[in-house]
Amino acid sequence: MYPPRFDYLAPRSVEEALDVLAERGDDAKVLAGGQSLIPLLKLRFAAPEVLVDINRVPGLGTLSEENGWLRIGPLVRHRDAERSTLLRERYPTMAEAAPQISDPLVRNLGTICGSLAHADPSGDWGAVMIALGAELLARSRRGERAIAARELFTGPFTTTLEPDELVTGVRVPMRERTGGSYLKLERKVGDFATAAVAVRLTLGHDGRVAEAGIGLTAVGPTNLAATAAEDALRGAEPGDAAFREAGELAAQAASPGSDLRGTADYKRNVIRVFTERGLRNAAAMATNQGGA
Amino acid sequence: MSETQTPIHGLGHSPRRKEDDRFIRGKGTYVDDVQLPGMLHMAILRSPLAHARISSIDTSQALALDGVVAVVTGRDLAAHNLAWMPTLSADTQAVLALDKVVFQGQEVAAVIAETPYTAHDALELIDVDYDPLPPVIDPHRALEPDAPLIREDKPDQTSNHIFHWSQGDKEATDRAFAEADRVVSLDTFYPRCHPSPLETCGCVADVNPATGKATIWMTSQAPHAHRTLFALVAGLPEQNIRIISPDIGGGFGNKVPIYPGYVVATAASLLIGRPVKWVEDRTENLISTGFARDYHMSGEMALSADGKILGLRSKVIADHGAFNAAAQPSKFPAGLFHIFTGSYDVPAAYCEVDGAYTNKAPGGIAYRCSFRVTEASYLIERMVQKAATELGMDPADLRKRNFIQPEQFPYRSAVGWVYDSGEYQRALDLALEKLGYQELRREQKEKWERGELMGIGIASFTEVVGAGHGAEFDIAGIRMFDSAELRVHPTGKAILKLGVKSQGQGHETTFAQIVASELGIPASDITVVEGDTDNTPYGLGTYASRSTPVGGAATAMIARRLREKATKIAAHLLEASEDDIQFEEGRFFVRGAPDRAKTIQDVAFAAYTDLPEGMEAGLEGVHYYDPPNMTFPFGTYCVVVDLDKGTGEWKTRKMVAVDDCGVRINPMIVEGQIHGGLAEGFGIAAMELITFDEEGNCIGSNFTDYLLPTAWETPQFETFATVTPSPHHPIGAKGVGESATVGSPAAYVNAVLDALAPLGITNIDMPVTSDKVWAAMREKGFV
Amino acid sequence: MRITVKVNGAERSADVEPRLLLVHFLREGLALTGTHVGCDTSGCGACTVLLDGVPIKSCTYLAVQADGREVETVEGLLDGATLHPIQEAFKQEHGLQCGFCTPGMMLTAKALLASNPKPTEEDVRWAISGNVCRCTGYMNIVRAVQAAAAAQSGSQT
Repeated sequence: MYPPRFDYLAPRSVEEALDVLAERGDDAKVLAGGQSLIPLLKLRFAAPEVLVDINRVPGLGTLSEENGWLRIGPLVRHRDAERSTLLRERYPTMAEAAPQISDPLVRNLGTICGSLAHADPSGDWGAVMIALGAELLARSRRGERAIAARELFTGPFTTTLEPDELVTGVRVPMRERTGGSYLKLERKVGDFATAAVAVRLTLGHDGRVAEAGIGLTAVGPTNLAATAAEDALRGAEPGDAAFREAGELAAQAASPGSDLRGTADYKRNVIRVFTERGLRNAAAMATNQGGA
Repeated sequence: MSETQTPIHGLGHSPRRKEDDRFIRGKGTYVDDVQLPGMLHMAILRSPLAHARISSIDTSQALALDGVVAVVTGRDLAAHNLAWMPTLSADTQAVLALDKVVFQGQEVAAVIAETPYTAHDALELIDVDYDPLPPVIDPHRALEPDAPLIREDKPDQTSNHIFHWSQGDKEATDRAFAEADRVVSLDTFYPRCHPSPLETCGCVADVNPATGKATIWMTSQAPHAHRTLFALVAGLPEQNIRIISPDIGGGFGNKVPIYPGYVVATAASLLIGRPVKWVEDRTENLISTGFARDYHMSGEMALSADGKILGLRSKVIADHGAFNAAAQPSKFPAGLFHIFTGSYDVPAAYCEVDGAYTNKAPGGIAYRCSFRVTEASYLIERMVQKAATELGMDPADLRKRNFIQPEQFPYRSAVGWVYDSGEYQRALDLALEKLGYQELRREQKEKWERGELMGIGIASFTEVVGAGHGAEFDIAGIRMFDSAELRVHPTGKAILKLGVKSQGQGHETTFAQIVASELGIPASDITVVEGDTDNTPYGLGTYASRSTPVGGAATAMIARRLREKATKIAAHLLEASEDDIQFEEGRFFVRGAPDRAKTIQDVAFAAYTDLPEGMEAGLEGVHYYDPPNMTFPFGTYCVVVDLDKGTGEWKTRKMVAVDDCGVRINPMIVEGQIHGGLAEGFGIAAMELITFDEEGNCIGSNFTDYLLPTAWETPQFETFATVTPSPHHPIGAKGVGESATVGSPAAYVNAVLDALAPLGITNIDMPVTSDKVWAAMREKGFV
Repeated sequence: MRITVKVNGAERSADVEPRLLLVHFLREGLALTGTHVGCDTSGCGACTVLLDGVPIKSCTYLAVQADGREVETVEGLLDGATLHPIQEAFKQEHGLQCGFCTPGMMLTAKALLASNPKPTEEDVRWAISGNVCRCTGYMNIVRAVQAAAAAQSGSQT
């Protein structure tokens, strides 16, 4: 309930933040929303020496399309995503996921980028970004790089981010003829997912599946990509048969543990059912309008 | 003559609550709001292991931390004979562990510091050396002869068996089973759950060296009993102890036991000479304070071929944790479990309960259980469901076939209860009508033909509350009477002081209504005081739905006694004979001459200014009420659920609740109590669980694991009432605070199992989570 | 660290440790005890306050983060001695029993009504799904919020 002592810095620019991280990154934690970090501090599961609060850096709240990408700044909160008409119209996977993150109070502060950097295998945004083929942007004094979402997570709460790097955003490719969904089984609002599936389906001009993205939550050591399912969908006629097969393959891609939320079998079943249902929803959307 | 325009708001009205005025302004005084000059803060170090010997404790580094004033261990307390304390079940409990720890989360040491931040920093600096011992988690395993002994501290304890208790006529019951056409059996587990009030437990102990007075603000549902126990345990003179139970943020039985934290904080304050505040965090609350249930129940029901219940028997293994600290009347180690014949006319019944020690937190009686009535009611209502399925009978019809009939009251049950009044069929019929039962059964059939699952669950509960008659009911020896002290002021207002203690039930409003109904003083002119042991008459507190049955009765009785005196004064003022005085709605008038009248306000003034010769001044008195019997509220709850075959999730589509708690003082407040209980019952049925892994690690010690339903999951409730007064209660009222937690879990579970009945699934233990539902369907090949 | 926070319209300054939680700054630093602590894993919402009009869990926010920002607590709902329509509605509809969750509930409701003046039952339940109540079963809380909505929109005509 009571955090341990730490130093606190509130830089006014990205440059300032990068300077701090270059010097003290190994013992530092970036504070954006704080909805994952502060509970860790209160429970004394983490004891960084310095907190780098980026909330006073201007211009980090971008949520807009530019040059073929949807750009999401590091201070875009879950709530911003929940209220965004742009996401509702063109990025339904995100729009459906946002309101299901935690609870409304947490959503008012927590950030998409912070959630990705935190890399909880039960985190929702990781699966969404995998399904969307998104890239995380990271900057340090050494330069800037883009990390594909599917390559970002290396283990529970572990990413390829270096201690001196600051996440400066996420970018999602803009696409046409695309639908999506995020189906999440949670025991109550605010609980982590028992299992969840992020789906993105892009149709070709011939009406067949051009590309699919399927990201899984809470059924492995990290968010997972159901690549076999994605491959099977490519070129397929969208319909029950293809979706059922994808569901089976997604379930096989999952490696859940058995715990109070359910046995591994149960969670795989949820993955199967939600993949099927999600694909059905996404296909209907993609046929109707050209979102991403 | 003075007339009053203010409404009297006696029984049956729903005036808005007085207590709200401070709560909506954020001006309540909960224990953690108390700030005293020089106050220190205490934090407790707890055992990470479920069963281990303590080989050493090094507190030196913690003591050296700037801002730390003291570090207390079991050894320090032992020097003052305080390392162990008695429990409410005549056992002993470690205040701070000495040689071994016996549950994860057990109190091992305490730090007292200038700030709570410093105190928690210091906890990390205490070094404890543990030698792990094999933990005993399953109570069945605990009762095996070769199980490790948990209570090595008790010289006569050679096993983990605590008690054996039974009630009923075993021979007659066995005969009934031998002669029965059918026997239906059910093994079911009512899992460990936790009342988890939103405010955790805590105290501010201020032992003032200058005055010798110990003032303890405490989250207490029973301040007087706690004061007496403190006097006995801590050796402080009782007249120097003042317990103040201020505003309490929910009790639900969690704030009945005395916890080690209270004792250590008081001892620390005594030794240091400054006030000490201890408020536990949520993890401490869930991992160490009084849990609820944890009853492994086997039940058997003997029936005739046409569905008449001939006999009932039950065997229970009760998991009490490492200390027997269950808070129930001392003569009833298994509480009032023998209400397990429920609403039914059962000619022969027998139940037995064996209590076991395990390496878990102590407790058992909590969470609106009415002293194990939740467990008993769950068992009988689940068994009735199962019997209906096995007999191919409609579960409503099976109930009707077996209800105790109105003409049978007062009804003596096969295990010795005398039910005061009831009309069970009326409540059931009303519930079914409001539900649209027949239409739903038709819909269910149609859906099943399409392979869709919906279920209708019924629970027709009778519970027993209002402990209780002193010869039978006592808490640690103190008889369970309760009290009310009423004083009417010269200007016709009044102050009522009670021995019970609200934790949200609205006593400041409802008890004023009782006085208003008896004396005609407007309820808003009556101040109600509770919780300060220096300023209230002795009572046993509020839990097990006893406030209205016992405290409410005391209130009515003292108000009536004052009315008798008031009548004499009125006769004097009206220059009439006392026998000619009639009273109605706050007016005393001469029979046959209604305009020759005096108001209660006139009389009150006269009590101080114009008295009959020889009469003592004032208009006040105190009454200690010894209830002649318990009260038996009842009702029927019906739940409709829809199942998602793909995920096993179930959603409540409709919930109808019919409650009968006799005369209802404030219908709005009664309804609020029902809503709250139905929501808690839903939580218990759907998601609340404290469990343990093989090492004895507690899973369910924070809100990430112990799931409380939010407004999103919690169903809507449609509430209705019937009124069958209690014939022995002065205002005909019964208790009601716990009816909904008693009756509703079975209604939800029966609904889900009703949906799954065609698949041959007969039981799923709570919490009935989606994975369990799916696993049951998968096992039957349905998915 | 020196911080200055506008609390219920008044500037309050203090020297605080960076690790001090906002809820403790309010309760102990400013003696505004209407904001309550109900848990330690940010799971109950009893500590809800409005930060620049947005409801947040003050136990999951540092006091230093609030430097230069505006915080409204339950004590700020009163207008002089006049109850806010939400406070009035909670009393009228019996939307509270023990009162512990009530400050947080009311502030969450206030924020909801600011952006959704005519919420449906579902809207209300969704908006308060981060605020746990153990006493009321939520029924009367929903009624209270909808009654407050009606009162507020009524008074605007």
